[in-house]
Amino acid sequence: MSILINENTRLLVQGITGNEGSLQTKEMLDFGTNVVGGTTPGKGGSRIFGVPVFDSVEEAVDSVHPNGSVIFVPPGHASDAIFEAIDAGIQLIVCITEGIPVHDMMRICAYMKSTSSRLIGPNCPGITSPGRSKVGIMPNNIHLPGNIGIVSRSGTLTYEIIDLLTKNRIGQSTSIGIGGDPVIGMTFLDALELFEKDKDTQAVVLIGEIGGTAEEEAIGFIKHMSKPVIAYIVGISAPPDRTMGHAGAIVSMGRGTARSKIQAFGDAGIPLARNPNEIIIQINTILKK
Amino acid sequence: MKLYEYAGKEIFSRYGISVPKGSTASSIEEAGKIAGAMGKSVIKAQVLAGGRGKTGGVLFSNNEEEARQAASRILGLTIKGLSVKKVLIEEFKETHAQIYLGITIDRLVRCPVIIASIAGGIDIEETAVNSPEKIIRINIDPLTGLHDYQARKLAISLKINDTKKIIDVIKKLYRIFVDNDCILAEINPLAQTDDGIYALDAKMVIDDNALFRHNYRDEDPDPLSEMAKKNGMSYVGLDGDIGCIVNGAGLAMATLDMIKQRGGESANFMDVRAGANEEQIKTALRIVSSNKKVKGIVVNIFGGLTKCDDVARGIIDILPDMKVPLVVRFAGTNEELGHSMLEKYGVTLAGSTEEAAKAVIRLVNPH
Repeated sequence: MSILINENTRLLVQGITGNEGSLQTKEMLDFGTNVVGGTTPGKGGSRIFGVPVFDSVEEAVDSVHPNGSVIFVPPGHASDAIFEAIDAGIQLIVCITEGIPVHDMMRICAYMKSTSSRLIGPNCPGITSPGRSKVGIMPNNIHLPGNIGIVSRSGTLTYEIIDLLTKNRIGQSTSIGIGGDPVIGMTFLDALELFEKDKDTQAVVLIGEIGGTAEEEAIGFIKHMSKPVIAYIVGISAPPDRTMGHAGAIVSMGRGTARSKIQAFGDAGIPLARNPNEIIIQINTILKK
Repeated sequence: MKLYEYAGKEIFSRYGISVPKGSTASSIEEAGKIAGAMGKSVIKAQVLAGGRGKTGGVLFSNNEEEARQAASRILGLTIKGLSVKKVLIEEFKETHAQIYLGITIDRLVRCPVIIASIAGGIDIEETAVNSPEKIIRINIDPLTGLHDYQARKLAISLKINDTKKIIDVIKKLYRIFVDNDCILAEINPLAQTDDGIYALDAKMVIDDNALFRHNYRDEDPDPLSEMAKKNGMSYVGLDGDIGCIVNGAGLAMATLDMIKQRGGESANFMDVRAGANEEQIKTALRIVSSNKKVKGIVVNIFGGLTKCDDVARGIIDILPDMKVPLVVRFAGTNEELGHSMLEKYGVTLAGSTEEAAKAVIRLVNPH
């Protein structure tokens, strides 16, 4: 099994005829993802790589019945695209777009509370279940089917770690990039809950970074998980961010730096890796037990 | 993007939040003239950094001569690495109470949070730690906005008279926060004076992602960061001597961390993002090497859509202009091809991020 996506995922690509949208659609098709349609307002009726293009998500839902959507729409229009997907009843929405205003994201997250849709991202690489489906932009050739779940806030660093795992013959059940923006849909906690329930996931690698307290908020859950979680947190060399003023300091109360996160994970007895190689060492120790 | 205090106060004023009468000056003469016409005044450094009061960036004066002296001291200052080029001269206000009022984004709850305290002033963060009961926080639903009862609750909890005026300021500040796509709108202190409630300071930070729908102009851009931004990359200067060029913010941070773990110091953070092609990498190398402190550069690319051979071509093209040694690490799409192209050019090649960190430190500190 895998989480969130599998061979039954019927994917819609919003912004399918744009530069990135079309390039990535080709990659996803090559991976084996079942791309059932795409949207670009004004281009309905055409086809790209054999995939039908629609003017709206609603039309696509009526004719090709997607259950997931991936968004490549430019930042000024991406929040509208997310709303469109939610209103059309799409259950899994993955937004790749970088640069969506945070106020738009706050409104989207508030709106989503009254729906059953789930959002991953924005500003994320998406989600891959090796051998089953890929929704997003992770490189095709780095994955290997297996039993390690990966959840990460970054992009290329995630590829680096997946690649390293694969080179060490350690396969992945599902790899999720939840995105690096301040306000995002799926959180570490949400992903960990899914991995805990997934019978094919034996252990989880959590890749965190400075800013916010999403890593810390997951600690309580990790302590009660039946599966081991290995954390790798980057940003110890980053200068302290003072953008958020006193208000930011009051909200975070001394948390949110790489050091404070590492400290909190260490205090909770959660295994920490200081670099990608240590992740491999830790996993090998766990799998031998 | 951070706004200067005076720019923030202009916005406050436009929305009807009272600020002391004042104007800015870039020279001692100008400052003297403005203050001379005011009587007792306060002269404040205009820099995009906190802690001005503690570093001599805020001085008081009673007449033109004192104002000139104050301005001459402040205009020469460097506060947290930023030189002061402008001062704000304002009428001095005697205060009875100093309130803290700030709105920012609560990432965890994914909505705005308004924070208020009767213990406003420079030690507000200590208050938050030592006397959390003096800090009031209210989360706001971004779809419905701030309700009257919420503003009332905040204002009443501050326990000073003038509740109506405080409610008014809270509502206006929330409007400002939303209308301007702020990630921070802060008044510290919001002062109760003989003639009303005044915002004595203004701190506003606008979401960079939302700048496309506003007309803010960065008045004091860092040239290297600007050049990077124009080319779709992100650059932050640091204090070390190892230049770093990486695709992806997370991998960039991991690279910087590994350099630090092995005793090196990075000169910059640079994320060349997804568009790391031939031209991008040349621009990136130009930007990073224009920092004179840089003694060696590490290029760390994880190719996906980015092809390592494209990056290699860019490096080869600009290599004759490079005066410092390069360490390159490629992984992913066409990594072998990229490495083999660079072999004959005397570029140090590394097999992993860690090896790259080690190699560049050896080159920069040969002893």
